[in-house]
Amino acid sequence: MSDKKLCAAFAIAGAFAAACSLAETAKAAKAEQEKCFGVSLKGKNDCAAGPGTSCAGSSKTDYQGSAWKYVPKGTCTSIVTPKGKGSLEPIAN
Amino acid sequence: MTLSAEFDQGAFVRALLDPDLPAPDGLEARHGFAPERRFAVYRNNVCVGLIDALAERFPVCRQLVGDEFFRAMAHCYMREFLPRTPMLFEYGDGFATFVASFEPARELPYLPDVARLEYAIGQAYHAEDAAPAPIDVIRAIPPDQLADATAALHPSTHVISSKYPIVSIWRRHMSDEGLAPLELDHGEEALVVRPQLAVSVAALPTGGSAFVHALEDGRTFTQAVAAASGVAADFDLRGCLQELLLAEAFTAIRVSR
Amino acid sequence: MDTRSVPEQTRACAASALPASAGVGFKNVHFSDIEASAPDVGFFEVHAENYMGAGGPPHAQLMQLRRDYPLSIHGVGLSIGGAGRLDRDHLRRVKSVVDRYAPAAFSEHLAWSTQGVSFLNDLLPLPYNAATLAHVVAHMDEIQEALGRPILLENPATYLRFQSSDYSEIEFLREVVRRTGCRLLLDVTNAFVSATNLGFSADDYIDAFPMLDVKEIHLAGYAEDVDEVGDPLLIDAHCAPVQEGVWRLYDRALARRGPVATLIEWDNDIPPWPLLSEQATRAERFLKKDRLPLKTTPDRVRS
Repeated sequence: MSDKKLCAAFAIAGAFAAACSLAETAKAAKAEQEKCFGVSLKGKNDCAAGPGTSCAGSSKTDYQGSAWKYVPKGTCTSIVTPKGKGSLEPIAN
Repeated sequence: MTLSAEFDQGAFVRALLDPDLPAPDGLEARHGFAPERRFAVYRNNVCVGLIDALAERFPVCRQLVGDEFFRAMAHCYMREFLPRTPMLFEYGDGFATFVASFEPARELPYLPDVARLEYAIGQAYHAEDAAPAPIDVIRAIPPDQLADATAALHPSTHVISSKYPIVSIWRRHMSDEGLAPLELDHGEEALVVRPQLAVSVAALPTGGSAFVHALEDGRTFTQAVAAASGVAADFDLRGCLQELLLAEAFTAIRVSR
Repeated sequence: MDTRSVPEQTRACAASALPASAGVGFKNVHFSDIEASAPDVGFFEVHAENYMGAGGPPHAQLMQLRRDYPLSIHGVGLSIGGAGRLDRDHLRRVKSVVDRYAPAAFSEHLAWSTQGVSFLNDLLPLPYNAATLAHVVAHMDEIQEALGRPILLENPATYLRFQSSDYSEIEFLREVVRRTGCRLLLDVTNAFVSATNLGFSADDYIDAFPMLDVKEIHLAGYAEDVDEVGDPLLIDAHCAPVQEGVWRLYDRALARRGPVATLIEWDNDIPPWPLLSEQATRAERFLKKDRLPLKTTPDRVRS
């Protein structure tokens, strides 16, 4: 084994050892946190379930034509864009 | 056997998807009145059902652009791309690509990658189950064998590399942290894993996704480090392993004999 | 009383082993409530299509429910009334869910939802005539053969009718039952909604419905709208408590049918668990109501 290769192998072994210790410590802290906030964490996780199927109709009405007249109005303005905070320009109607 | 002579289902679907078309022939409401308003119920059900499905699958994207914009954008997507199976949890696989080419969303360059992340979260949620390798088992591997070892990653593992801080953006919208201004001047590489029943999302150090992809391809840790170093010369191996271990992304580490 | 045990007389019936009590459509947001309170619910029903992923929380939750309660699986994607061939890949997926969970009943809809390779996620209507009948029968035969059991077919909520229909919905359903040996799921809300929308008598529909073949009932809340001439237009939105008119119709159906597994469906604007559970309790009261003995002949033997 070359010196370089040996050095890399040593680095990998060292990184593993350190990462295992850090992960164990972080995991214990995380478990403690989950114990305290178990209910709300579970609720957030439901977001991942995604869409279910439907056997029901809808009472909402949402089948507008294709004319585009919308501009983003979400929380994106809290993100600093290259043009500065909240710089989103309305798109011409 | 087809029903084309008795019932033109294709014409029915075309009219369902195009609100500018009249209701198909051969339908009637009560009293012999025109069926337009009644047909609109079906038209609406299809639109709302699929738009709602996308809104549920991409909740952070929806927050980023606002409900009205999202629904209009989702409507454009569903008219072009209908689900290809009745498993709605698979719907939206091409949504990120669609968003990337969607002119009105051009102002939000990070939106497609956030959509990619949200789709990966859904995939991880429904992925095959597998037991993660316990940390003490990994710790017990002889250190001199780690360099040539390979790894099996959890079937739910996904990595998404972005020029934008997608993990920070996502996390901010999923927690109650509030929406403090966020700098867009750096990229993030997202790690998505569902080792047991909860999906976790973490940011890997730069080069981390190249590292994970190399391991997924069956490369050794030495080769994976080389791949990651090709992306980031100062690749933080320890930090990357720490995130992978904390996320329980390894199901096995195999030493060569 | 443990309402979860399956009575002998329903166990004998191959199409459904659901108890004659009130069940609830399962939503994952209610899982922790159900886990914490172990409610006295007769059964749970889920959509087959939501359990076609490889693993994860959906299966973990359903396995747990299945241990504690009878389960009904309801398909929404087989597109039985579809003009094309049945989607064999999807039928295989349905079969694997049914094999995995061995539910007390499997049901699907007299409707279509797929066109070519596209899934529209709505239960769309079909004309009732000889050609569509032959088609539906062929699809039902294929499904029942694949699943190795008779299934329940549900009457749809409809908003318009086809000029090319020459059977009534009930005549059509009767024929499908006669030719395929399937049984029926009577959605009382759908009957109420269709009757209002198409201007026929819901009472007459219930009185003519082949009740001996009904193995399950669905109840849900509808949404109210009006059409262009000001006539009521009801939408089967599953978004509200069951309305009084539907409870009355349910009572009428039970008077003919006797107690039978009854599901509360609530799929949109999902309420907190206690509200949903209260609806099931109300259905249970109708099921337990003293009624005159049934004036019907025993279930006929099928060839």
